[in-house]
This record gives sequence, C-alpha cells and structure tokens, in this order.
Amino acid sequence: MSGPDRAIVLGLGNLLNRDEGLGVQCLEPLRNRLGSVAGIEILDGGVLGLDLLPLVECARALLILDAVDARKPPGTLIELTGADIPLFGRAKLSWHQVTFQEVLQLAAMRNRLPERLHLVGVQPADLSIGLELSPEVAAAMPALIEHAAAVLAGWGFYG
Amino acid sequence: MTQRIVIDPITRIEGHLRLEVELDEARTITKAYSSGTMVRGIEIILQGRDPREAWAFAQRACGVCTTVHAIASIRAVEDALGIRIPKAANIIRNMIIAQQYVHDHVMHFYHLHALDFVDVVSALAADPKKTSDIQQSLSSWPMSSPAYFADVRKKVQAIVDSGQLSLFSNAYWGHPAYKLPPEVNLLAVAHYLEALDWQSHVTKIHTIFGGKNPHPNFVVGGVPLPIDMNGDQSLNAAKLSVIADSIAKINQFVDQVYIPDLLAIAPYYLDYAALGEGLGNFLTWGEFPGEDIADLSKYVVPRVLILNRDLKNVVVPDPRDFERMKEFIAHSWYTYQKGDQAGLAPWEGETVFNFTGPKPPFQQLDVAGKYSWLKAPRWNETPVEVGPLARVLAMYAVGHKPTVGLVNVVLDKLKAPASALFSTLGRTAARGIETKVFSDLLTGFFDELMEEIKGGRTETFNGEKWDPSTWPRRAQGFGFMEAPRGALGHWVVIEGGKIKNYQMVVPTTWNASPRDHKDQPGAYEASLVGTHLAVPDQPLEILRTIHSFDPCMACAIHMIDAEGRSAGEVGTGFNVVCPD
Repeated sequence: MSGPDRAIVLGLGNLLNRDEGLGVQCLEPLRNRLGSVAGIEILDGGVLGLDLLPLVECARALLILDAVDARKPPGTLIELTGADIPLFGRAKLSWHQVTFQEVLQLAAMRNRLPERLHLVGVQPADLSIGLELSPEVAAAMPALIEHAAAVLAGWGFYG
Repeated sequence: MTQRIVIDPITRIEGHLRLEVELDEARTITKAYSSGTMVRGIEIILQGRDPREAWAFAQRACGVCTTVHAIASIRAVEDALGIRIPKAANIIRNMIIAQQYVHDHVMHFYHLHALDFVDVVSALAADPKKTSDIQQSLSSWPMSSPAYFADVRKKVQAIVDSGQLSLFSNAYWGHPAYKLPPEVNLLAVAHYLEALDWQSHVTKIHTIFGGKNPHPNFVVGGVPLPIDMNGDQSLNAAKLSVIADSIAKINQFVDQVYIPDLLAIAPYYLDYAALGEGLGNFLTWGEFPGEDIADLSKYVVPRVLILNRDLKNVVVPDPRDFERMKEFIAHSWYTYQKGDQAGLAPWEGETVFNFTGPKPPFQQLDVAGKYSWLKAPRWNETPVEVGPLARVLAMYAVGHKPTVGLVNVVLDKLKAPASALFSTLGRTAARGIETKVFSDLLTGFFDELMEEIKGGRTETFNGEKWDPSTWPRRAQGFGFMEAPRGALGHWVVIEGGKIKNYQMVVPTTWNASPRDHKDQPGAYEASLVGTHLAVPDQPLEILRTIHSFDPCMACAIHMIDAEGRSAGEVGTGFNVVCPD
C-alpha cells in the first residue's frame, strides 16, 4: 500500500491564552526538528473555525496539534487517531463557536475527511491571558514534537 | 408574576454570551440583560511591545475576525506616527476589506442565521421538481435541476438518519415559528452546502495579497506584497488573473444565490419587520477611504452618528473626542480609579478586573449590580448600535446611490415602509444589501488597481518612518475598521518606541454591552424588549434577533474533548426562574 504523497500538520489554538496556544507554539520547534521534508505542509490554523474546511478537505493525511481536555493531569500527552476523534457538533449562539470538531464533521458529511487523521496534544494547565506556556506544558513540548515526528515517519515522511 | 429565562450556552471555558430575559404573563419580553462572560486581555499583552508588531497579536484577539483587528491595528499605528500609505496599497487594503465582508456575511447567513428561519427537517418533505421551479424563477444559478435537488434531499436524509443534525446549529426543528414551505427550506439547505465550496474560491484574494493563508501578513506602511509583473513572489499577471476569477465567483454567488434567497425568505417573516431594533441610535467609523485616510469625504461608508432614527440630521463623530467617546463600568466587572460612575476615553482606558459575580453554576446574575465582562461604550453618554444596519443607514443618509437603489428595491419587494429597516428583518436585509454593494465595489477596486499598474505607480510600501529613530517621543493614534459586525476602534499610545497603552472597542462590545451608569440598556438588551415567545423553553425568537447582530463573543477558545462529551447547547442550563 502506497502512503500519501502530501501531509498537512495543522497547529490549532489561541496564542493569547497560554496553554491554549500550544498547537501553534509547537510548529516552529517541529519545523526545526524535521528540517525540510518534501511533501509536508506545516500550518498555523489558529482558531479560524470554518475557514479551515478547505485545508482539511484537501489533505490526504492530516496531523492536528492542539491542547486537549481529556481530564488528565496537566502536561499529559494525549493521542487520538481517526475514528477516536469525536466529531460532535453542538448548538451555537455565535458563528464564532464553530469548533474544529464541526469542521471535521462537515468534511465527513461531504465524504472528504483525510484518509489518515491523527491528533497529538497535551492536557493544558493554564488558559489565562498570556503568551507563555505553563511549566507543565512547556516540559511536555519535546515529547510532543518527537511524537508528531514519529507519526509523520509512520506515514513515510522522515525528518 | 414575571418569569426569568436564562440562555447560557455552557462552554468549556466561561461561556460566551449569556442572556437573561424577563417575560410577562403573555410570554412577551419586558426586560433583557446581556452578559459577556469572557474577557479579552489583549491590552495587557501589548503593553511594552513594538507597535509595528501589534497587529500580529491583535489579530489573535478573535478567532475568526483576524483581518479586521490586523487592519485596525496598523491604521492606529500609522495614524500615531503620521505614516501615509501609497495609493496602490490603499486599493489593495480596500479589496481585502471588501472580500472580508462578503465572505463573512455569506457564511453568517447560511451557516448561522438562515437556520433561525429555515427548518432543515422540513426540507425532507420537499418536492425536488417544485424546488427546481422556484430556483429557476429566482435566478440563472446553474445548480437548479430537479435531479440536483433530489440529491441534496438524499444528503439531508442521511444526516438526519445519522443523528448528526447538531451540525445544523439549533435544535428547534418543527418549532411553530418556522414558516417556510418545504421547497424553500430545501433550497436554503442546498445553498448552505454550496457556500462551503464557494468559500475556497473567496479566500484566494487574502492568500495572494497576504502572502500566506491562514493568517495573512500585514505591514505598517502599506501591504507586504510588491507589484512586479516579472517577479514570481510578487503580484504578477498570473496572480491578478486568479484574483479576477475569484471576484467573478464571489459576485456570481452574491447576485444569483444570496440576494435572491434573502428576498425569497423574507416575505414569510414580515412580523420581524416590526421587531428587534431597540435603540434607534447608530454609529459608524466609516470605511473604504481614498488615498488620504484623513479625508473623510472620500469614504464609501461615511463616518456618522444617527440619533433617534433621524437620517436627515446626521453628525460626524470624532473618535478622538475624549469628552464623548467613553466606556462605562457601572454594571461591568472592572474598577476605575475614579469610581464606578466615571467614564474613561480609550486612550485613558484602564483594564482592572473586579469580578463580583456569583460562582458558576448559578441561576441568575445580579443585574442590579455588575453583571458582565463587557464594558459599556457610549457616545456622549448615549448607547448606539453598530453593524450592517448602521452602515446601510449611513450610506442611505448621505445618498450613496447604489445603496439607496438597493434599499428601495428591497422595500418594494417586501411591500414594506422605510420604517421596516429599523428591525430584525431590516438588519438582516441590510447585511445582504451591503454585501451586494461591497462585492460590486471589489470589481471597481480591481479596475483602479489595474489603472495604477498600467501607469507604473506600483509602490505598495512607504518605509520612511519604519525606523523608530524617526518617531516622536510620544504619539497616539486611532485606527478603525468597519468590521463585518460593526465599528471597530483601536486606540494606541506609543512612548519611547514602545506601546504604552492599547485599547480596543470592538463591535460586539457596543452591541452586547450591559447597562451603563445611567441604567441605559445596550443594543441587544433594547432589541429584545417586546418580543413574544411562542415556546419559552425554545426561544427561537430571541436567537433570530441576536443572530441578526451576528454576535462575536469570546470566539477564540476551543479544545477537543477527548471523551466526545457534548458541552451542552443553547437551551441546556436553560431554566425558567419564577421569582418568589
């Protein structure tokens, strides 16, 4: 079976809320870790919601990096693959509440989910206003980067 | 005997917007309270930073409105430092802004607001042939065959069968306030899906002008993209042709889908032409400046203040007028050194938190005291509404021909008097009207840009004052953008080359503000009074009016719940509190 020829790494989160910005904060270290690998696009998705749908739908392999609330101790590494990633939506009061799960749900509804979908994240400790990661999450960063690199290697992209 | 209804979507971090309304015995709203339960701390983050990079942080203040904060920020810094941008750069910014409006408004209409009026489940009962006839009577949009609508109906059936209806925003299917025939519902659902494909064409303008997507680049002094027909990293002939094609696709969807849909749906809801306005006061900072941003007479959207619905006597508000532009905190969780009755101009703004509210979960806010994380911005101590309705009224008031023409067409089509503009339906129609006006502007801007290029006037960046050694020791500036949701202002104070103070007053703060020091309600609070609820525990009528403002609250928090637990919905945590 041939692997995908392109992979997208999408970092999600809000940089202004400390650990919430984790997915975006780890993109630069990941770039440095991988060097230049043909076929990988590393993108800062911020919290753009539905604007990310075209990106998600054009990816055959998608690795999401994000803060994840799994009700585990802060700094715990969390990994979800394809079918384990919940696609639920919820009622919205604001257009701005479109969560990334809903983007995935829309892609699924349109039969355009990436064939390979993987999420690597960390349980956050502090979501208050600020640019610095909490010590627990900052300490988990190297493991997160290695983990992301391993997922990409598993898809045939070696950094 | 009053009932108090609370609408508070439970989110992972403090909620977004919480509304509490009081009903009389006939289930009509007598009082409404709007509480923003999320605080933005951008001001704190920006202090001490280089003003040239402020936009990059400011654009993260809101998850979806990145462009609007970036533009307001660079304009504020340019205003403070006296930087004039080249004409071509101004045209490109105007194109980015026009694109932003059209993209945002179309997505808002189909993916949030239309579902307040469109019953997705009812679409299953539609006859595809009849739907096709309706579509073909509305416009020449090509996706209109009976087979196409049969296919859409099948897709909707699959969604309903899979139990994933939550995708479609609210859970009030079958509510008696839905009035559309099944065929019109199916039409709207088809366009909901089509809009998702359309948006990939729309974002190309931002991708090209901003050099990357998502989160395009901006620069103080112009735009980051040079114009060079022979370069490959510049704005060249190939990229111009992509932009021209993108504009054509944008315009086609607006002309053949959005506007016809709006006019097809609105006649079923004319009761909303007499509901949901509220204040009667409107404010715009203005948009689409000419080459000299200081020349207000060249703006397409004028900078005006409208009081008591009087379109004959509009005045020009000065955002630098400290006596009139103030924020109050009598009912907001902040303290001012001068006390709770004081108002502060943004340049003197203080952001000191003082939470006195109940610990969640709680049943009711203490509306006699402080009850919101939003301050109450006021113009000359008067609450105002900002947004599409304010802009359309502003353009109408100064006789902007395309706007006047469209307003008259819409009123004629709905057989409604001009007073119908001051309503929920008027606000929703205004969003469509300005979308059409601005998408047409895009074509004009593109032609202007081509003229500049042909004439060899291709400067897009003015670097004269890039170096901090050229700046005064102290400077202050005002930057703005008429964001899709309304007048956005950024006020910056620069000292010794660094940001000393930075304050934003965002559109939703104007509209969703709590009561002020004089107990005057904000726009949301005023707009709900007098609305009757058919089914109080399914307050669709409230959502219609609040969605017509397109609220943007605390939009920037999201994480994935690993256990797939639903975090509740509008209507969860809903309780009807009967006071003793």
